[in-house]
Amino acid sequence: MKILVAGNGKMGASLTKKLTVEDCDLTVIDQNPGVLESIMEDCDVMGIHGNCASMDTLRDAGVEDADLLIAMTGMDEVNLLCCMTAHSMNPKLHTITRIKNPEYAGQIYTLRSAFGLSMAVNPDRQAASEISRLIKYPGFLKRDTFARGTVEIVELRVREDSKLIGIPLNRLNSVAHCNILVCAAVREGEVTIPSGDFVLKGGDRLFVTGDAENLGVLLKHLGVITRKARHILIAGGSRISYYLAQTLLKYGIDVRIIENNPKRCRELAEDLPDAVVVEGDAGDQKILDKEGIADCDAFVTLTGVDETNIVLSIFGTHRGVPQVITKLSREENVQMLDDLPVGSIISPKDLCTNSIVRYVRAMKNQVGAAVSVHMIADGQVEAIEFILDESTMHCKEPLKNLKLRKNILIACASRRGKPRILTGDSTFDKGDSVIVISAGDSVIGQFNDIFVE
Amino acid sequence: MNYKMMARLNGYILLIEAVFMMPALLISVYYRENGAIRAFLMTIAVVLAAAGILMLGSKGAKRGFYAREGLVCTGIAWIIMSLLGCLPFYISGEIPKYVDGFFEVVSGFTTTGASIVPNVEVLSKGILYWRSFTHWVGGMGVLVFLLAIVPATGRVNGFTLHILRAESPGPSVGKIVPKMRQTAMILYLMYIALTILDICFLLFGGMPLFEAVCHAFGTAGTGGFGVKADSFTSYSPYLQNVTTVFMLLFGVNFSCYYLLLIRDFLGVIMDEELRLYLGVVFGSAILIACNIRGMYTTLEETLRHAFFQVASIVTTTGYATADFDQWPSFSKTIILALMVVGACAGSTGGGLKCARVLLLIKGLHRNIRTVLHPREIKVIRVNKRVVDEKVLANTNAYLTAYVIIIVLSMLLISLDGFTTETNFSAILCTFNNIGPGLGQVGPTCNFADYSSFSKIVLSFDMLAGRLEIFPILTLFSKATWKKM
Repeated sequence: MKILVAGNGKMGASLTKKLTVEDCDLTVIDQNPGVLESIMEDCDVMGIHGNCASMDTLRDAGVEDADLLIAMTGMDEVNLLCCMTAHSMNPKLHTITRIKNPEYAGQIYTLRSAFGLSMAVNPDRQAASEISRLIKYPGFLKRDTFARGTVEIVELRVREDSKLIGIPLNRLNSVAHCNILVCAAVREGEVTIPSGDFVLKGGDRLFVTGDAENLGVLLKHLGVITRKARHILIAGGSRISYYLAQTLLKYGIDVRIIENNPKRCRELAEDLPDAVVVEGDAGDQKILDKEGIADCDAFVTLTGVDETNIVLSIFGTHRGVPQVITKLSREENVQMLDDLPVGSIISPKDLCTNSIVRYVRAMKNQVGAAVSVHMIADGQVEAIEFILDESTMHCKEPLKNLKLRKNILIACASRRGKPRILTGDSTFDKGDSVIVISAGDSVIGQFNDIFVE
Repeated sequence: MNYKMMARLNGYILLIEAVFMMPALLISVYYRENGAIRAFLMTIAVVLAAAGILMLGSKGAKRGFYAREGLVCTGIAWIIMSLLGCLPFYISGEIPKYVDGFFEVVSGFTTTGASIVPNVEVLSKGILYWRSFTHWVGGMGVLVFLLAIVPATGRVNGFTLHILRAESPGPSVGKIVPKMRQTAMILYLMYIALTILDICFLLFGGMPLFEAVCHAFGTAGTGGFGVKADSFTSYSPYLQNVTTVFMLLFGVNFSCYYLLLIRDFLGVIMDEELRLYLGVVFGSAILIACNIRGMYTTLEETLRHAFFQVASIVTTTGYATADFDQWPSFSKTIILALMVVGACAGSTGGGLKCARVLLLIKGLHRNIRTVLHPREIKVIRVNKRVVDEKVLANTNAYLTAYVIIIVLSMLLISLDGFTTETNFSAILCTFNNIGPGLGQVGPTCNFADYSSFSKIVLSFDMLAGRLEIFPILTLFSKATWKKM
């Protein structure tokens, strides 16, 4: 598949790196030769220098026989013009654009056909909705939903005082009185797909799948507090803060935003009549104390600087906030933060690029394609959802008889909306929606890829 | 520096070299040449053992592979390949001295075609084949071949661009399609197709199969090793003309052929480098034809010799149909100038490359303008595209390194007591990967009389010329081997 990536800033470069793994022919367009040089050194891509909205540059990049164009420049207007131009040159082209400005976000859907857009991504809004989901159901560091929301993979940390410590995984269900499956574990930065004799230790991060009810039972046994959030404190008045506040206010949750820039404060106050906007430096701990950080149910750090966010989150944890959420712009920092008490980590860049990778995979495999792909365990493990059809091999055979490739686990199958955790005797059949966990290097494009030939 | 990864790549290269020696072995078996069979078997064993050691030593190699590794790895790979590639010559005893064998195989891999063998017709067929085949491999580059056959490993493998840059000639090397592996494959497929076409044309002209294959290899790599002592002199005019055309074809930038394949004819016709290249060829051939018109009987013969020699020198092949050492001084000077110009970038030829000459001329023109109008801002365009100032600076640096190496190596070999003309042309024709020079290294003579030291200097020049100086020069830089 031929893909053009227009604009190679932070988001574009991260996307390009992810797409090279997908085995696509990638051409990157950028106006900065230095940027092109560095991406060509890192990835197997072709670089075209020029303005991505001009026909000449697009022709150089081979838009006429491309399948997909992804506009990732920093400017919404350029992105839209780029998609529009490219689409007029090649009507069969799929286009994806990034939209940042909230003022455009609402009207994009209406103008979709006029701009020739197949999909518009808004990283800030994606991040905000992810955060709001975490806040609505506290207790997990991260949650990904599959099979129309009936199955979830959640991330949680085994606390030092948890009674699960020392228990091997094959006894977990009887000890915790629930029916769940641990599909990946991170211990000291190392990711494993654990087997039944994996013994839990304090500090492990687990990725657990199961239905909502069973996960709730597990949380209770882990001693994680699941009080419903009522008061939320947000540090930084970015665009994510705006989207997040908008969503949370709809659920009747109190929102308090601390922002340094008076002008931005005024804008936020105008746009969010029900929120409390405080002008002040969120980095100042006195202000946080004054605004009641000790009493809030969740503290979200959304300033533009990663370092500030990290420090603020650590401070929040020390003040005893039950749920802390940290936004990071550079995902390469994530692995270093394993031991720091920064709570859940949200990377808008990751969320956005993952949704594009999902789109690309769906385009590539029309038959038996993945319905959704989620990166878990700091992006080292993929959880992929498939809906099985006639072409699926080994239907109705017990799992223990199947030969799966290395580092592959079938986590969960959901039939007619009812999720089941699979054991050695379980089978799957066409029509099921199955979640596959893959920690290997090979790309799983369709379900049949998981079997050893 | 990622030594393990470099060891692994070099292991692969040696593996390829061993595989490439198999056909030569089979030919020796076919002609029942016992000495050569033994030599090839022993060499293949040694090469495989070396490859095995390198592969084992590279276990657990990490991924980080940057420009420095790419350059150094390319330089080392070519040296190792040559050190082992000359073993068949040495073991079979057909070239008794190791240094001579090394010179011969470096001359092969770098597509120079300068020989120390006084009479090639006494060499065994297997050895002759291997000698010509080194041209074919060296022409497009063995690392590029590696890039074409290694499977894309899924996860990031961006280091490949550094290798393509280090091994392929030209001021601004790029991919022709987004995937490196496909780029390398397209290059090699076009290369193989053209070679086969050449073999067919030669066979059609009545050349025996073995000679046709060897000569096609020599033409394709723009090398110049033949199987006859008098090069192309005794072949029919048809065969000489076919070779003229194919030498010129292999001197063209291969991306032009890709443009033809995707039917972008305008892009080929308007290509400034191609125009300069063809202009140089026709201009100098006609000038030489006028200059030597008295020496040959017919106009056809005059033109044929003029064109063959010009094509042979400008593409840095080094075949000959006439002893141009006997030509008048004007023609000889043109030949010397052509040695420096060389073929197009992205071809299998050597020399400065037409693309660089074009940039240097345009840069000079701009400098003259800025002297006259100091405030004028002028950009340099090639094919209507603005050329980055960095490329221009690199080209100028390249010319500087080029001149310095010529002067230094000439100084080193002048101790051997040959005439200045001989030494100068010897350096030019090894450094530019041509082959025969003037005087005592002219088309009818060879390099056997130089001392071993001079042969090593000349081998170094050939390697530096083929890899465009920097991969070899960086091996001698202290900064390369420092930890940070």
